[in-house]
Amino acid sequence: MSGIPLNYFVFLSAILFTIGVVGVLTRRNAIIVFMCIELMLNSVNLSLVAFSAFHGNTRGQILVFFVMAVAAAEAAVGLAIIIALFRNKQTVNIDEINIMKW
Amino acid sequence: MNLYDIVFYFFAFVTLASAGVVVFSRNIIYSAFALLFTFFGVAGIYVLLNADFIAVSQILIYVGGILVLMLFGVMLTNKVIDVEMKTGTLQTLPASVLVALIAGALCGIFYVTDWKIVRGVSAPATTTNSLGEMFMTTYSLPFEVASIVLLVALLGAAMIARKDRLPQIKNQK
Amino acid sequence: MLETYIPIGIMIFFGVTFGVVMSKASEWFGPKNPTETKLSTYESGMEPVRSAHERVSVKYYMVAMLFIIFDIEVVFLYPWAVNFRQLGTFGLVEMVIFIAILMLGYLYLWKKGALRWD
Repeated sequence: MSGIPLNYFVFLSAILFTIGVVGVLTRRNAIIVFMCIELMLNSVNLSLVAFSAFHGNTRGQILVFFVMAVAAAEAAVGLAIIIALFRNKQTVNIDEINIMKW
Repeated sequence: MNLYDIVFYFFAFVTLASAGVVVFSRNIIYSAFALLFTFFGVAGIYVLLNADFIAVSQILIYVGGILVLMLFGVMLTNKVIDVEMKTGTLQTLPASVLVALIAGALCGIFYVTDWKIVRGVSAPATTTNSLGEMFMTTYSLPFEVASIVLLVALLGAAMIARKDRLPQIKNQK
Repeated sequence: MLETYIPIGIMIFFGVTFGVVMSKASEWFGPKNPTETKLSTYESGMEPVRSAHERVSVKYYMVAMLFIIFDIEVVFLYPWAVNFRQLGTFGLVEMVIFIAILMLGYLYLWKKGALRWD
């Protein structure tokens, strides 16, 4: 922390978030889309921890814990949905899962 | 270049490079294992920011839990033998425009914003004590709500993933 | 500050080195004269019948999912346990509520038979 300015951490978080967005927009495999969402959550956590450290208190880190809890809940339910979809349609390609498309 | 700089650039490189592998790899297993290194890199940066407990929980929850769940998801959904997933980029042009917009907006905002930094104050050496105190006092209601979120996720995931939704009715037949 | 992490760094270094050196050394220095029987999957067992690349049962997913939920619970327990004395009865009650809510879901699943293996 000493010596490295806050901007570096924030830009690292921005780049990580952008990589996650690229994955969500371009990949078709539902599980990879899922991993990219985890990347984006991680980048947000990173910026929260950076701000918390540069403000000298631990409030940001509390929020990180709740983000982690929600990420775990999301992973459990999301993968269950993907498994249920795969059982019914035999695919995890998000182009072919379009029964709810108008 | 002192030690902090070297450690920062090392972990930043590990994080970004493996995040790139996650997104662009053709093999979904490679993606999953690259995600491991991304999580480790982010945990290293947490250590650099004096957030020791967060770094440990990052490894415990993300690497030990979420990544294992992802691998189970991969194993449960691949067709026999071919792990390779046809990826083919879809809608490259709109996607790249949107990504450029998002990246530009984020970096621009981060660049112009004058962040309020408390000079000369460093985060406490160990964060576990103050975290525990805050969980139990200021943030006690979100803490309990988190347990309800986890409860709902537990029941929902179990009910969605099961093959037979109503085991008891089946038993009575 | 960073100096306090030196033991962890040393441990990671030795862990990785030990694993890589041991597996590579046995690969390089060990004698190799393979026969067809030796290369089969189970040298003195039965013939493998089908491909090993098969989908695993959803039962394993249930176990992984339960693990992750209670993993989070343990992480939340830790900062409470560190200053248990300082927080006193109020903290204890709060933590009991937290655990009771999750246990309710666990008992429900148990009763529903979601945890039965066969």
